[in-house]
Amino acid sequence: MARYDVKTLGSDLEDMRDYFRSGKTKDWEWRNAQLKGLLSFLKQNEAQIFQALKDDLGKPQVEAYRDEIGTLVKSVRFAVKELKGWMSSKGAKMPKVALLTSGEVVPEPLGLVLIISSWNFPFGVSLEPLIGAIAAGNTMVLKPSELAPACASVLANVLPTYLDKKGVRIIQGGPEVGEKLLQQKWDKIFFTGSVRVGKLVMAAAVEHLTPVVLELGGKCPAVLDSLAPWPMKVAINRILVSKFGTCGGQACIAVDYVLVEKRLASSLVELIKVLVKDMFGEKPRESNSLTRIISKQHFSRLKSLLNDPEVKASVVYGGSMDEEHLFIEPTIILDPPLNSQIMTEEVFGPLLPIITLEKIEDSINFINARPKPLALYAFTKNQSFSKRILSETSSGSVVFNDANIQYCADTLPFGGIGESGIGSYHGKYSFDTFSHYKAILRRSYFTDFWYRFPPWNYRKLLLFEATYHFDYITLLLVILGLKRSRYRC
Amino acid sequence: MATTIGEKKVTVFGEEEAKQLVNELRVVAYDSGRTRSYSWRVTQLKNIVRMCDDSEKEVVEALYKDLAKPELEGTLYELGMIKNACKVALKELKNWIRPEKAKTSLTTFPSSAEIVSEPFGIVLIISAWNYPFLLSIDPVIGAIAAGNAVVLKPSELAPASSSLLAKLFAQYLDTSAIKVVEGAVPETSALLEQKWDKIMYTGNGRVGRIVMAAAAKHLTPVIMELGGKCPAVVDSDINLQVAMRRLIAGKWGCNNGQACISPDYILTTKDYAPKLVDALKTELERFYGKNQLESKDLSRIVNSNHFARLSKLLDDEKVSGKIVYGGEKDEEKLRIAPTILLDVPRDSLIMSEEIFGPLLPILMLNNIDESFDVINSGTKPLAAYIFTNNKKLKEKFVMSVSAGGIVVNDTTIHLAVHTVPFGGVGESGMGSYHGKFSFDAFSHKKAVLYRSFIGDAALRYPPYTGFKLRMMKALMGGSFLAILRALFRGSKP
Repeated sequence: MARYDVKTLGSDLEDMRDYFRSGKTKDWEWRNAQLKGLLSFLKQNEAQIFQALKDDLGKPQVEAYRDEIGTLVKSVRFAVKELKGWMSSKGAKMPKVALLTSGEVVPEPLGLVLIISSWNFPFGVSLEPLIGAIAAGNTMVLKPSELAPACASVLANVLPTYLDKKGVRIIQGGPEVGEKLLQQKWDKIFFTGSVRVGKLVMAAAVEHLTPVVLELGGKCPAVLDSLAPWPMKVAINRILVSKFGTCGGQACIAVDYVLVEKRLASSLVELIKVLVKDMFGEKPRESNSLTRIISKQHFSRLKSLLNDPEVKASVVYGGSMDEEHLFIEPTIILDPPLNSQIMTEEVFGPLLPIITLEKIEDSINFINARPKPLALYAFTKNQSFSKRILSETSSGSVVFNDANIQYCADTLPFGGIGESGIGSYHGKYSFDTFSHYKAILRRSYFTDFWYRFPPWNYRKLLLFEATYHFDYITLLLVILGLKRSRYRC
Repeated sequence: MATTIGEKKVTVFGEEEAKQLVNELRVVAYDSGRTRSYSWRVTQLKNIVRMCDDSEKEVVEALYKDLAKPELEGTLYELGMIKNACKVALKELKNWIRPEKAKTSLTTFPSSAEIVSEPFGIVLIISAWNYPFLLSIDPVIGAIAAGNAVVLKPSELAPASSSLLAKLFAQYLDTSAIKVVEGAVPETSALLEQKWDKIMYTGNGRVGRIVMAAAAKHLTPVIMELGGKCPAVVDSDINLQVAMRRLIAGKWGCNNGQACISPDYILTTKDYAPKLVDALKTELERFYGKNQLESKDLSRIVNSNHFARLSKLLDDEKVSGKIVYGGEKDEEKLRIAPTILLDVPRDSLIMSEEIFGPLLPILMLNNIDESFDVINSGTKPLAAYIFTNNKKLKEKFVMSVSAGGIVVNDTTIHLAVHTVPFGGVGESGMGSYHGKFSFDAFSHKKAVLYRSFIGDAALRYPPYTGFKLRMMKALMGGSFLAILRALFRGSKP
């Protein structure tokens, strides 16, 4: 696998900073050209992208399009359309007292930013942030994950031919390269990955007081209320595709586990078995509709989750694994012990635990007893329960009656809270996250309030007070000498 | 953790106490939901206003003790601004709390969406010594408005203010959810070990790094209001008298230069410098009289450490002979008179760190355009100022100088305008507040998407086929023609 030579890192970055200082990347023309370049890259290399995803993850084309190419094309086009508006300054209302003062807030790029992406959506989570960084006028370095080498190679070798290499650099490499990158001075670091590495990234950012966005993970719960047969079928389909039909469950927003009332559990399991078969057939491995596990390491991790004897005993469907082909079939586990690893860490694989509760309302306490997830999914028609979930739980996002689909929304901030992350992006939020909103106030030389300046006396104090309270009457009265100071005079 | 010193048992705020404090607040913030109620937030904000009104005299006295701060500065720049912030919050809170509707598109059709502001939970606010009330209470207002439980750690370098804050908060606010922890490094460290949902720090970059490192352990988001060398570029052909008055008001009129947004140094041309210095001298005398070392309208230096630091800047041999005004010091009274240094070298001590005091160096340039290089060669400041009537210069400054905020033809006033965000960039900080920005700073913007069970697209689900791929492409591409084409072609390969 190609690896970037870190010896030249220092001077390479200095060149990029010089390029930023030249002001080229601030021009709308430059940003627009890069975005259009990205669009061309996506459209003209679809076959190569599909192939790379197949090589690294065995990802089916529909998933690749739905989750990566399609959403990226959508996001780039949205950014191109909105860019001028995003770049424009926004006037800020001034109080009347601030006569002949104008205020505005202007977005400016931060400078040189670092984007580190993960392996599960190697194009998606590399290029979504890139869109924001470009739109905001920065220069940037992207380090794709080495665990998806074919994709990293396409990004490092093909993508640059569509972009201005002086302003956008793709650097390949493993942890050592990552470490070296983190030691440099950046104006922002955008990281998608695990909690463990997220903490390292933020700790590294301290040295230069670099602000960070961390898109991490967590256990995204799906609360499944009792529903009539047809909505129940829709709900389960949506849960199943979120889990098994999205990178084999290796997605930060995939449904991690399901919460359901005890009395519904057995019929739920039966229904799931039917629907899983509809989706993946009798021999899931031959369905060409399942992404495989990314690496032997992750495979072992998932294997050990299932090898816990109490967990193994709770498997009600699936469970078969093929280590050679890194394949695990869709697996359902009913009520594994809550202290088992499968329930204490993010699953990130095609294993779906179902946890039963006495009452579905108990799910609120259940969720609150655990770290805040990136997303919370609730399938219910009960309005008051919905309201309670919304106000009594905390998560990056909440989706009612579906899962994963919030990823496609250009108008919703996508990000976590607590252990699921810091900051957000998508749509204008991507632009915002890579911008500094600078306040600008302009004054004229007229209209200075003489009482603004020392020497201080109590009359000036009163005048100021009136000014601050926008109390124009008192102001006038004091000026005219008609109102006595409430202070000693 | 209590230790015995002599005969007295002294309770120290250590790890145990910090842990207990945080646990207590978690119960309040999460389980009881008290801080989330609109009426609770309104009550606290109204009580802050009352607190300010009732305690004006005490606050002014504490500020005098800690900083010899003139009464007007204390009343206006601290209490006045605090009350204003409360009034803005009280007036706007309903609007701020209301979820923001978000447009939805074809890709999530049919759906409706909104963005809900929810409190982070429990928030730690560490404030500074120079505006001990403003920099403590202003962030607290934001945290309360957003529905959080708060712990405030005021600066120990302003002890009278710190203890008055503790007393007033206990008297006027809901102590089960809003707490003050006084102390120095040990207490702050104990607090920083805990897991907070958000931390806001106002102060310097050195301690800022310590705070951020502690936050990183728990993945706690931070706001940092730091400092920097705020430059003031003074062009020729301006109303010099007004400009100098405003400069003085922003420098010595703000805690005698000990403010994060005080103009730190001046950049002007060689030709204009003499006029500038004369005007400064005239106005300084008009404001502060002849005996400026003892002027009651100027704060003193906060403590002997900072006094020594500032003295060192003046003693630097690189600036010997450069003092053109002032320079008087009184170590016992911790006073330094307004001091102007002309033509200081760029590698002098005074130009290498934030001054934070009543010393004003003036750099002389051949022409005013050279100021951009000077400013851009340093770290990004919290604020940058320019006095000019030259439209092109104004625009170039505004567009190319990166700073937290920029003011043209004045200094520091953006602090008082709640409709613009106040915060730094780069070394001067991250995040911003004031007005709605305070509410946003302490809120998690939770995306909420409502989908119905109708409108389920089978093409989302496996088994994946070529037809589904084509339909998906067409739908995501948003082109109706493509959709029709895909439908027409059907599942023919």
